[in-house]
Amino acid sequence: MGLWRWFSQVGAVTMLNLRTLGQRRGSSAATVFGVAGVVMVFVAVLSIAEGFRATLAATGAPGAVIVLRGGSDAEMMSGIARDSTRIIADGPGVRRTAQGEAASSELYVVVSLPKRTTATDANVPLRGVQPAAFEVRKNIRLVAGRPFRWGRNEVIAGVGAARQFVGLEVGSTLHLGENVWTVVGLFESGGSVSESEIWTDVDLLMPAYRRTMFQSVHLDLDSPAAFDRFKDALTTDPRLDVKVVREPDYYAEQSQSLTQLITRLGYGITVLMAIGAVFGAVLTMYSAVASRTREIATLRALGFGSGPVQISVLAEALVLALAGGVIGGLLAYLIFDGYRTSTLNWQSFSQVAFAFRVTPRLLLTAIVVTLPMGLLGGLFPAIRAGTLPVATALRET
Amino acid sequence: MKFLPLAWKNFGRRKVRTTFTALSIVVAFLLFGILSAIRVAFRAGVDVTGADRLMVSHKVSIIQPLPISYRDQIAQVPGVREVTHANWFGGIYKDPKNFFPRMAVDPATYLDIYPEIKLPEGAKRAWLADRTGAIVGRVTADRFGFKVGDRIPILATIYTKRDGGRIWEFTVDGIYDAAKGFDTSALLFQYDFLKEATFASDRVGWYIIRIADPRRAQQVVDQIDKMFANSHAETKTSTEKAFAEGFAKQAGDIGAIITGIVSAVFFTLLLVAGNTMAQSVRERTSELAVLKTLGYADGLVMGLVLLESCLLALVAGGMGLGLAWLIDSRGDPTGGYLPVFYLPARDLVLGIALAAALGLATGAIPAWQAMRLRIVDALRRV
Repeated sequence: MGLWRWFSQVGAVTMLNLRTLGQRRGSSAATVFGVAGVVMVFVAVLSIAEGFRATLAATGAPGAVIVLRGGSDAEMMSGIARDSTRIIADGPGVRRTAQGEAASSELYVVVSLPKRTTATDANVPLRGVQPAAFEVRKNIRLVAGRPFRWGRNEVIAGVGAARQFVGLEVGSTLHLGENVWTVVGLFESGGSVSESEIWTDVDLLMPAYRRTMFQSVHLDLDSPAAFDRFKDALTTDPRLDVKVVREPDYYAEQSQSLTQLITRLGYGITVLMAIGAVFGAVLTMYSAVASRTREIATLRALGFGSGPVQISVLAEALVLALAGGVIGGLLAYLIFDGYRTSTLNWQSFSQVAFAFRVTPRLLLTAIVVTLPMGLLGGLFPAIRAGTLPVATALRET
Repeated sequence: MKFLPLAWKNFGRRKVRTTFTALSIVVAFLLFGILSAIRVAFRAGVDVTGADRLMVSHKVSIIQPLPISYRDQIAQVPGVREVTHANWFGGIYKDPKNFFPRMAVDPATYLDIYPEIKLPEGAKRAWLADRTGAIVGRVTADRFGFKVGDRIPILATIYTKRDGGRIWEFTVDGIYDAAKGFDTSALLFQYDFLKEATFASDRVGWYIIRIADPRRAQQVVDQIDKMFANSHAETKTSTEKAFAEGFAKQAGDIGAIITGIVSAVFFTLLLVAGNTMAQSVRERTSELAVLKTLGYADGLVMGLVLLESCLLALVAGGMGLGLAWLIDSRGDPTGGYLPVFYLPARDLVLGIALAAALGLATGAIPAWQAMRLRIVDALRRV
């Protein structure tokens, strides 16, 4: 058989199959939805990890650095004495502004506030900052109210925190032990983790939490290239015992454990479901072949080869799987993209508000995953279709 | 029982279809079993909390310490039987990824209040006598291969020693087990060691109280919180269950979303498999009519169909649950993030019930439809 004829047979039978899909609506729809379900779950679960990672990845400008006590891996556990913060701010390469060094010594604690979705208390991060904090994080932007005044019991809340927790509207009050603080403004920070935090004057927060030490120094360098020199200078200074980390690295590490947990669960569940859906697809394709036994036998009797018939069955399975993939991806995108929630970040022991993110890359991966499902689902039925004994098949009812 | 071979023969009529239907059911129930374990894991032991235990923590947040002097004051409150306390130590074992909880506790009272912790008597004596000793839970001991007598170095992240040192070494005096559902991932060591070696000596993280009568828990809660109201460290007392639930809920809807999605999938898989099973009965309407012609009563024919569908659903579902049980009993698949990970017996029973329901529904509906037909009509159908 000539190659050209072979290909034209493949084309003709495949088109015939696809055009008659409507007649096998029920069973084809079952396959499509089976695959769509798998893809939707895959995308939905991984979009949680993607969103969480993106929120932490959005935190930390390239030149921004965080200094912690040596050995501590999160701000909450760190401690830096006031004298040390002076030495750190004087380090080489720290950007200077009209107001002095762009270095803010900070305190990071949590306050229990009820979560809107569950009405139970959650650890909401509360950060005490110095004026330079707004120099280090240039993307802080007030969206409601006004900035807090230094030396007053006033706070501003990130929009993420305000959305997830009760009692952070402008004008409401926070009770921290004997002290009452007023929420005077809401801020955005380009989707970074700061949006989950409440900010106030560190010099008021320290006595309120009975702390005598800062926990971290956030600072901005002249250029990202100055990092190594700055780090060496600090870590070799005998007066200090500190750990110097680039902010992006610090937050990337914080996102690691949850991202890993969700990714592992997500892939595990998806593999299982994909197996289930492949079985479903096999069943559907078998019944598609079975219901067309006579039709296929007629084609073979007319002179169509078994190869083109087999390929046409495979192609049908692939098309169904792909359709399922696209539908599932779209559904996941419509339902889950931008869904806002918050969770406990174990590394910082505090809540992070974030939104699910269905990224194009994720969608593409999901659709690519459907192809082997379609192939596997179509393989055995295709072999069956190609090996039907023509004479007996023609006689079947 | 004499009809079993007949049912068996019917499975063989379309071997491939039967196989794949069975496999779909296996996968569905495997998914169900794993989902149950995930759900338990996200609830983080809420189901095994003691009704007679209360937790006292700082009102502003759990990270604020409470003075050790509260211990004696709490012990005076009527209805309180015993008080113990714990400090979160944090720290790093070799790599931050090797996370497991480490806590400084008062050994004797802590073991009293948590009878769930099963520690050999000899190990208990050794620990009580060993100031730098520690006990490690089974999950963590298995994970890192810790044995009694090992020395575990932990790099402190919170507590720097008085001499500036940050490496703490603990001797493993015992490895404890616990009933299912109780987290055995923690390393517990003596509060006295912490107190001696650091400056921050008079502060504890939280208190755990055992009360005489769980029905009077609310009164004790109120009394304790009132006692410390307007002090510099106000308290928030709650039952252990509420405390654990609050903690589990901190993880937010992630657990709920994952369980929601997977449940939807479980039912979809059942629907697809069920549809195929029902179809295989429908195809045989004329055969059922033949059976009736031969003199089989309606009830018997119905029973035959149900036997077949239930057999398939239960065997395949049972296999899926069995596989899930095997996987779940290997414990936490994520390396430390979900320390409580097992398939609860209750969900196992629920799974079997669902499998039975699947068999009944997929057999009964088409069989009933077939029964309603007159034999003559059914025989004429192709």
